Amino acid sequence: MTSGEVLVPGLPGAGEALVLTAPISFWGGVDPRTGLIIDVRHPERGASIADKVLFIPATIGSSTASTILLELVHRGKAPAAIVLDKPDAILLLGLVAAREMGWPTPVAVRLEKERFAIYAEKTVRIGDNGIIAIDGE
Amino acid sequence: MTLALSDSERAMADGAQGEGAAMALRIVAEAARLLGAARLLPIASAHIDGAVYHGDSGTIFAETLVAGGARVSVPTTLNVGALDLTGCSRQRLEGHEREMARRMMRAYLDLGCAPTWTCAPYQAGHRPAAGSDVAWGESNAVVFCNSVLGARTNRYGDLLDIACAIAGRAPDTGLHRLENRRARFVFDVSGLDRAFFAQETAWPILGALYGRLAGDAVGVVAGVNARASEDHLKAFGAAAASSGAVGLFHMAGITPEAPTVEAALGHEAPEETFHITPVMVDEARRMLSTVSDAARIDAVAIGSPHLSSAEFAELHRLIGRRRLAVPLYACTGRHALADIERAGWRAELESAGVIVVVDTCIVVTPILATIDDGVLMTNSGKFAHYTPGNTGYGVVFGSLAECVESAVAGRPIFGGAS
Repeated sequence: MTSGEVLVPGLPGAGEALVLTAPISFWGGVDPRTGLIIDVRHPERGASIADKVLFIPATIGSSTASTILLELVHRGKAPAAIVLDKPDAILLLGLVAAREMGWPTPVAVRLEKERFAIYAEKTVRIGDNGIIAIDGE
Repeated sequence: MTLALSDSERAMADGAQGEGAAMALRIVAEAARLLGAARLLPIASAHIDGAVYHGDSGTIFAETLVAGGARVSVPTTLNVGALDLTGCSRQRLEGHEREMARRMMRAYLDLGCAPTWTCAPYQAGHRPAAGSDVAWGESNAVVFCNSVLGARTNRYGDLLDIACAIAGRAPDTGLHRLENRRARFVFDVSGLDRAFFAQETAWPILGALYGRLAGDAVGVVAGVNARASEDHLKAFGAAAASSGAVGLFHMAGITPEAPTVEAALGHEAPEETFHITPVMVDEARRMLSTVSDAARIDAVAIGSPHLSSAEFAELHRLIGRRRLAVPLYACTGRHALADIERAGWRAELESAGVIVVVDTCIVVTPILATIDDGVLMTNSGKFAHYTPGNTGYGVVFGSLAECVESAVAGRPIFGGAS
């Protein structure tokens, strides 16, 4: 069990961890209708981020990421929780706006990316207080 | 660091200027908190990337601001929307999606934004003064604003960009602060010869390579063996901002904050120097294509960022009196459309088989025909980056001249005049 800093408050979440192994651009990289990773150059291409505990080492590219995340929240295709190495304001604004709209949004926490690997493919639980735990451990 | 709001900002957040303005200020303040800013800054202008339809949530968000009585408080231009409102080109958005896209564009106009609908606002008369603080969205516009104009903006995402425009404030952090604008690394291209720089493809190729090496760091390009036009810098910046999180680059002797390499570095030693070799350039060129041995192409797309009048002149010259075998989508804004209509080129280009796309572009909305294993050719580093994910087409990268020759032949043609 470890504690991440809460970046944007939200609902606690649990799900299979998806640890991205390369930076991602949400616009052009994630389908806002399905949550599937569509960037052909991304190593996790084809994986779905919907309902996963999503570990993001870094983001790149277009400044449209916030809208994609807002749309994923609106459609119920958002990750169950988001873990970021650094507070990425462009991406996280999607959650901030979703909260302003009164929509249920997942919690986003900060954790150094060097600590991501142990969560890969485990079922991970993130509390609204930022506590990160692996199911069964 | 904790964020301190002024009395007037706190009053706005509490609804003194209506619920729309309050929501905008709360979003700006929340962004400032996430970014670790101590205060908000007044801004001189804004450029909004938020009006592309990606789903209903964006329309609902903008209409919530309108319903709350919000208006932009500084001069504000609009990036592309999902529809060509001029009617020059057709989008395959129908029914509910078309209606929501139209409502979204309407909502941003109702918020008081100018109907520029371009990703090259800096070529449509929106040119903030060097040193001024602004809030711009859209990655290529941001990088051009910072690097070429010398105005100061962070990479504002949609939602935050319109919130800043309404609040008239932006978080005091990042590239608004002089100390963060200093180059930390050198991207040395002095090992590349003059013949390389004579090709227009040099700029998107180097931009794509720069972006991959830079990540989000500020660097200075040294040893450019050529004159760089504004369109060259536009192509470099757009490619760099596609392959990396680039918000600002310097180019020694060319961009305003880099009279020399040493000045761009703030007279400190660089943390790293990349010596760019012809081998690295060839690799970067290859990476811009996802299809290596296409027997045919299905379309050509140019104009990311939107074509300038000068780029249209070159397209017009290269096509001459020939007819194209496959459609060539030429994406642009109303500023250049007015010029090509005055010159009589629009009709000539369209009769040759060019589809002029205004107010939008081929990677933000469905314009390209649905073709299995479709192949698109482009001279844009940004289109090369985003086309596969956003359209399903494979990409072949080449110069504008190669794009035109290939469009005439219906298959990739390389070499010849560039």
